[in-house]
Amino acid sequence: MSIYVGEKTRVLVQGITGRAGTFYTDHAMRYGTTYVAGVRPGKGGDSHLGLPIFDDVQTAVQETGANASLVIVPAPNVADALIEAIEAKLEVVVCVTERVPQHDMARVKRALKDSKTVLIGPNSQGILTPDHCKIGVMPTQHAKPGAVGIVSRSASLTSEVLAQCSANGLGQSTTIGIGGDALHGIGFVDCLKRFKQDADTKAVVLIGEIGGDEEEQAAEYLSQQEYGKPVVALVVGRHAPRGRRMGHAGTLPGVGSPGAVEKINRLSSAGVLIADHPGEIPQRLLEVMNT
Amino acid sequence: MSLTDIASKKLLSSAGIPVPEGRLAKNAQDALLACQAIGASKYAVKAQIKAGGRGLAGGITFAETPSEVQTSTSAMLDQPLVTNQTAREGEIVTTVLIEEAMDLERSWYLALLLDSHSGQPMLVASKQGGVEFEQRARMGDADIRSLLLPGDGDPDRRELESFLGALDMEVEAVAPIVHSALKAFIKEDMTLIELNPFSQTRAGNWIAIDAKVALDPSAAFRHAGREAFDEAAAPEGPEQEAQKSNINFVKLDGNLGVVVNGAGLGLATNDMIIDAGGRPANFMDIRTTATSLDIARGVDLLLKDRSVRAILINVHGGGMTVCDTIAEGVSIAYAKSERKTPCIARLAGVNAEWGNRILSERGVPVELFEEPVSAVERALTVAGR
Repeated sequence: MSIYVGEKTRVLVQGITGRAGTFYTDHAMRYGTTYVAGVRPGKGGDSHLGLPIFDDVQTAVQETGANASLVIVPAPNVADALIEAIEAKLEVVVCVTERVPQHDMARVKRALKDSKTVLIGPNSQGILTPDHCKIGVMPTQHAKPGAVGIVSRSASLTSEVLAQCSANGLGQSTTIGIGGDALHGIGFVDCLKRFKQDADTKAVVLIGEIGGDEEEQAAEYLSQQEYGKPVVALVVGRHAPRGRRMGHAGTLPGVGSPGAVEKINRLSSAGVLIADHPGEIPQRLLEVMNT
Repeated sequence: MSLTDIASKKLLSSAGIPVPEGRLAKNAQDALLACQAIGASKYAVKAQIKAGGRGLAGGITFAETPSEVQTSTSAMLDQPLVTNQTAREGEIVTTVLIEEAMDLERSWYLALLLDSHSGQPMLVASKQGGVEFEQRARMGDADIRSLLLPGDGDPDRRELESFLGALDMEVEAVAPIVHSALKAFIKEDMTLIELNPFSQTRAGNWIAIDAKVALDPSAAFRHAGREAFDEAAAPEGPEQEAQKSNINFVKLDGNLGVVVNGAGLGLATNDMIIDAGGRPANFMDIRTTATSLDIARGVDLLLKDRSVRAILINVHGGGMTVCDTIAEGVSIAYAKSERKTPCIARLAGVNAEWGNRILSERGVPVELFEEPVSAVERALTVAGR
């Protein structure tokens, strides 16, 4: 099975008529995911890729029973699109757009406070249950169904790790990118909780990096209990110079931004197995999954 | 995007936050004119660099007379300033800020940033402000307190007053400064306001002696003319050049150039290189929006760099950046360049085969590998450890 998405997931796309929206919706529908609608203000009544277009999310939900959204609108429009999806009470909202202003995401975080919507992203590759459900922009050629859950802050590394897992006979239950931005929706701990309850997930891979505190929180969560499933982690940026921004946002200079080594130490103390590079992840998994 | 001292203070001053009067100088003559304009009894001369940590690194000096100011200015200009937050070669000082120096009674650390969990602005403060604050904070040796503020509307008066009062601050003077800072923080899309030291002078005034503002580059679309705002900013380097081509690039001091897509894979690649005893010349993250011409400009930065002895390409083609686009970019850069720096490539993922073919058939001096560990190993042999 899978976490967050499943057979009952019905996806609408905010930004379906754009170039990227069209490309990825088409790809995901061919992959076998149930997409039911598109939203584009002013284009209600049209159709695109065989799907009905609505002016707003609320109407699309009423007419099609959509319960999830892929948000692939330009960065300046992301906050409004996400808040609209949250207000329409969608269960899962995936945002792949990058470079969303931080104060806009702050507004979205405040809108999420009393809501049950699960936000994945922004700046995320999305969520994938191999052979069943794709909401996002990730490649699928190497994805295989199986027992490994992957949660990651990096799209490129997820593709790399997934391919290496599949090559070693390790299929995936669900892979999730929580996004590379400082302000984002769900985090490592949310995903760990879901993977724990998912009978088909036998092991979890965490892919972290410098900046933020996702890894520290995961370590704290795991150290408080008997998690019951092996967890393998790769945290990149061990040798990155401090105080200089390396691609992703989310690191504050000055007031003690935690280094990768400190994150690794905390995860290791919480019983997590550490891989030094992507190629070591399948080895670590095979060591613990065969015993 | 961190602003220099002067640009930070300009923004804050126009928002109503008190800062010392200051003038920029690019030579000793400017420095003299600055002193005449300010007319103080003591001056501070401050190197304008983007990185922090300058106070401990000799980037701030004090002078009693205009001629001493001139001497300090000349000593600082055109010299690299190396702090614990710059690259090893430091940042060249092209401009100094000359300010009235004040007699300070006490100093605090005061900052505003966005709390990533709640999405609320967070006020961070400490009684131990000054040049050593950051070191103390890193050692876990500073008394740092924080207070969440509302993202829309004014802070709760009582909560703010008791927060400031507990830090021995004069509430009537500091609360309005916090209000002004919060308004500017949101209106200008700042991701950081850091006042350190934030001080009370002997005369009883409250003032931000040094300030650092970071603006959110992702919000530049709603602040026209922002690029030109920072007059003291360093001239464009390869990092800014690459940024325009949709590539995140950081210059490092090694001899192995790296071409990678994605920040995570970029960090992982550099970790692997350094673990194996090598030295990367850069960090690279080709963004998903980069075209093959963008990528060619990124690779050209490495081909132009005399310290780069070999180039390692470690790419996992994804849904957005496919391998052949990257191979195209690499081959364009090599075709245009005089230098034929040896290239070690490992392409995987979408269109990897096609990418490999482009590299080998278009005159790139390339050796192809199937997996990253052996590619890194070979690249280190070629570049030399």
